[in-house]
Amino acid sequence: MKRKMLSTSALSAVAVLGMSAALQAENLVVSNWDGYMAADAIDSYSAATGNGAELVLHGTNEEIMGKLIAAKGKGYDVVFVSSPFAEVLHNLGLAEMLDHAKLPNLANLYPQAGELAHDPGNTFSVPYAWGTTGLCYRSDKLAEAPDSWMDLLAPADGVSGKTTMLATDRWLLGAGFLAKGYSVNETDADKVAEVRDLLIDAKGTLLAYDDTTFYAKLVSGEAELVHAWDGWCNYGIAENADIKYVIPEEGSDLWVDTMVILKNSENKDAAYAFVNFILDAQNHGWAAENILYKVPNKPAMESLSSDFLASFPNMAISPEELVTYEQLRDVGEGQRLYARTVSEIKAAP
Amino acid sequence: MQDRKPLYLMTPALAWLTAFMVIPCLLILALAFFRRGLYGGIEYTFTLENLALVFDPLYAGIFLKSAWIAGLAALIAVIIGYAAAFAIAAAPSRQQPILLFFAVLPFWSNYLVRTYAWIVLLNREGLITGLARWLGYDAELPRLLYTEGAVVVGLVYNYLPFVILACYAPLSRLNPEIAEASRDLGASGWTTFRRVVLPMTAPGIATGFVFVFVLSIGNFVTPALLGGGQFQMIGNLVYAQFLTANDWPFGAALSMILIAIMMGLLTLQTFATERASGAKREGS
Repeated sequence: MKRKMLSTSALSAVAVLGMSAALQAENLVVSNWDGYMAADAIDSYSAATGNGAELVLHGTNEEIMGKLIAAKGKGYDVVFVSSPFAEVLHNLGLAEMLDHAKLPNLANLYPQAGELAHDPGNTFSVPYAWGTTGLCYRSDKLAEAPDSWMDLLAPADGVSGKTTMLATDRWLLGAGFLAKGYSVNETDADKVAEVRDLLIDAKGTLLAYDDTTFYAKLVSGEAELVHAWDGWCNYGIAENADIKYVIPEEGSDLWVDTMVILKNSENKDAAYAFVNFILDAQNHGWAAENILYKVPNKPAMESLSSDFLASFPNMAISPEELVTYEQLRDVGEGQRLYARTVSEIKAAP
Repeated sequence: MQDRKPLYLMTPALAWLTAFMVIPCLLILALAFFRRGLYGGIEYTFTLENLALVFDPLYAGIFLKSAWIAGLAALIAVIIGYAAAFAIAAAPSRQQPILLFFAVLPFWSNYLVRTYAWIVLLNREGLITGLARWLGYDAELPRLLYTEGAVVVGLVYNYLPFVILACYAPLSRLNPEIAEASRDLGASGWTTFRRVVLPMTAPGIATGFVFVFVLSIGNFVTPALLGGGQFQMIGNLVYAQFLTANDWPFGAALSMILIAIMMGLLTLQTFATERASGAKREGS
């Protein structure tokens, strides 16, 4: 609420300062997932910097990647993508090598956020949110709290038919890789085949594959144990305190969503200003408070109240713990094997 | 000189079709012969491997499975739709427009909304389960949602109005004197239906069947929502190639085969209808 008033007053201040600045303003194009930053973030940014800006939305990483690759990154200035896709943009030469002098707010990031495997030193990407993938469940319905990926993949009798798994290929396979003790980036054909068979067996016990409404299924009681990103499990927890999140003992992946400035951006200064604006503790903290995702911003996380952290325990997973998990990486040609394997799993009776 | 007016009148429609149908289809056709780049772009080297991959047992199997589900949906829709159309055509003529109006009424709401309505009905905590509990049935019902049956039900429900309209047209045009003549010549009601009414309305049945089949085999929304992602149909596979695997050339190859199947069926159906109406004209 306070934020809204602040930005409105800032807006009117700019309006008073004159139209000339606005007329000369560069028009920044930012692509992000729907609802992944404050609804007024673009306006606040424009008000704060005098730069015109436009937000466009993408539904999935793949969708924005398709556009960026086809247009060689032209037409966009800043994009929000998950880290393996940031890596691809870098490998294709589409990502700007970052000049840290233009991003003073990088100092707000936890030191661990500067040493991520996909981009040590934040040379081409800036982490925006991070977290784990694990099990989200109804503690009031399950006889025993789950603690292993096998609790999901080979559920107990009463739970069978009441589980869901993520359908996105990397996470679907990830559950199998972790259960087998393999790397989440494994591309060895035999090991992938082994995981495929495990996941085909698991398919027979599933209620559904679900990437978007699994927490609602927990709330309604349709499902009792689901494969979930920690932030999305929080949406269920917000509606029913009996819903809990656990990282299985075999571990999790560490997913990182990042901001990337495009090398072909024609508004680079404005793009840097935007990324720096988001890294501001208050702006970045918005994501933690409202989207219930952990952000790698130290002052932003420290400003969260203890009540909030008690309600959403997975928000308190420390950066030290997060970086013990392996990140999803771009696997190059391995992606073909993944796509085919997922088709095999989905087509299995 | 012939009258050019029809041509002028068709120009906007032709331009529309060319710009938004023919050209995109040709682009897709072209894509199918290139290679996927390492990072999902398109490498412009000619290859036939995408088309060959379509016939790989895995993907051919998905085609067959889709054809099975689409065929089943079309068959059920034809049985229900023909009966409904028959009843509407037999109703007093003043009531027929009202009954037809009710038959197409679901089309006034969005396809997604109609599909979600089935989720509300069928899910484990849904209305049907609630009703069963209210009636005193406490045991767990068999799973209704996220099954092959749910996908077929969703397809039948959504495309049924097409069949009713397609079957109603020939049924309403049927001259009642022909059926009367058949009865007068000693045929039973069933024989009259089987040997007179059914053959004369067969084009409507064929049109309805092909419509439902073609719309169903490429459908990806219903299997995703009512099948819980567990029943991969060809539409879902194409969707996955374009939007998750980022393998546009293979997605294009799959689409081309799918479009070829659809066009083949529609052409067959047009020929069948032409022949049937031709035979009728000769007969009269």
